[in-house]
Amino acid sequence: MAATVLVVGAGLGGLRAAEALRGAGFEGAITVVGDEPAMPYNRPPLSKEALSAGVHVAELEFRRKPSVSDVDWRLGSPAIASDFAARTVTLADGTHLSFDGLVIASGIRPRRLPIAGPEAGRHVLRTAHDAMNLRNYLMPGRTAVIMGAGFIGCEVAATARGLGAEVHIVAIDEQPMVRPLGAELGMGMRSRHEHHGVKFHLGRTVQSFLGGEHITSVLLDDGTELPASVVVEAVGSVCNVEWLAGNGLDLTDGLLVDQAMVVAAEVPVVAVGDIARHPNALFGNVPRRIEHWNIPTETGRRAGASLASLLRGEQPDQAPFAAMPSFWSDQYQYKLQSFGMPGLATSIQIVEGTADDACIVEYSDESGLVGVVGVDRTAELAPYRKQLLER
Amino acid sequence: MVTITVDMDKCQHYGQCCFEADDVFALNDDGQLEYVAEADESRRADIESAADVCPMQAITVK
Ligand SMILES: Cc1cc2nc3c(=O)[nH]c(=O)nc-3n(C[C@H](O)[C@H](O)[C@H](O)COP(=O)(O)OP(=O)(O)OC[C@H]3O[C@@H](n4cnc5c(N)ncnc54)[C@H](O)[C@@H]3O)c2cc1C
Ligand code: SF4
Repeated sequence: MAATVLVVGAGLGGLRAAEALRGAGFEGAITVVGDEPAMPYNRPPLSKEALSAGVHVAELEFRRKPSVSDVDWRLGSPAIASDFAARTVTLADGTHLSFDGLVIASGIRPRRLPIAGPEAGRHVLRTAHDAMNLRNYLMPGRTAVIMGAGFIGCEVAATARGLGAEVHIVAIDEQPMVRPLGAELGMGMRSRHEHHGVKFHLGRTVQSFLGGEHITSVLLDDGTELPASVVVEAVGSVCNVEWLAGNGLDLTDGLLVDQAMVVAAEVPVVAVGDIARHPNALFGNVPRRIEHWNIPTETGRRAGASLASLLRGEQPDQAPFAAMPSFWSDQYQYKLQSFGMPGLATSIQIVEGTADDACIVEYSDESGLVGVVGVDRTAELAPYRKQLLER
Repeated sequence: MVTITVDMDKCQHYGQCCFEADDVFALNDDGQLEYVAEADESRRADIESAADVCPMQAITVK
């Protein structure tokens, strides 16, 4: 009898894993379970052009390869439990699904902080639904208080300013995007945002939300009170692992996989995307989760091929996993592009331009170059990327 | 023959496609994407890979 593969999570990683299973010759049934009602769609526009121009999920859907046209998509009900020994997954609607092979592709969700005050007016941004809700508040005469100065917080700030809303960013860090970019470029990005009218409250935390039914203001730890029509919580992420409890896995930081993306070969189970803590031979094989858009595709390809091998009773390809992490961000008219892992750097050097203008920044540690970031100089980054691949 | 179209209204010139198939996609000196519209069948896998990694999902391969 042909084997059945179950993919939990109908995002980019789940789609790429399904395509890769077919690409590797797997001919059995594939079922993809997703808690969102939509077919896999592209998330990055949700903080950028789609948040600005309007969220139309159908336009954000990924093109799917003809090879996955026979996949059974079970959308709208999350997986709530799984039993690796019995090879079953249970959905919230009560359905039990059995599998011969499992792909974990359930991604992450925004972290919520326990903060006193009204709930209405608190928003996060991960799904198209989130973006639609948030967009209703971003207009002239409204004020958005954004918690967190990472990429998503800063992108939302730029888009919200473009839509005419007032914007405050509250963050504990000393500069926006300081971990991935470093202090100098972070400061450069901050001056770009300030030039566009964003007000920063750095080194600060939110004490409480004030208002009746709906938030009307935000109280900071130094006593400052900021008016707020809407709060956007962009303070990191939590892995969607709850449905995997009880299988003896370490679920403290996503799922540990080997270079073949295998979680447990005997079941077999693989994991992909934001949730997969994977080794990368370019960066010392230390297992890390990387929340970059290119990772679901890279890990999905590998995981699909590995699972197809395991289901044939063969060993998966044990070649090192060495995909180049790559990240871009659009804020106002500025385009950032990053390759490698700048966050690992112990020394940072601007090699072209200046931090508040078009520039190229090198990030290094004792082993040499670990990352490069360009602002408005994307076309010139190819040699740096090549150098990183040769690490 | 592989036929390639890039929706230039969507393309943001990130150049990700160039790393998958540099004989088909390239950023010119002004940082703008240039590509060839037809390629040999033997290039299909890399070109589909380029379409996969395009952040704007701007590339259509036929
Ligand atoms: C607003 C925003 C902007 C971004 N911008 C950029 C950018 O500019 N550049 C960049 O490199 N990256 C960006 N990213 C990151 C990028 O989108 C992610 O890395 C990518 O989407 C991860 O894909 P994934 O398949 O691992 O997870 P996801 O896309 O999150 O897919 C997981 C799916 O599984 C579902 N799910 C969760 N739990 C369950 C369950 N129990 N049962 C069933 N289904 C479940 C989820 O609802 C989701 O649909 C951005 C992300 C966001 C949210
Ligand atoms: S990857 Fe997509 S957006 Fe980037 S240059 Fe190529 S076609 Fe344009």
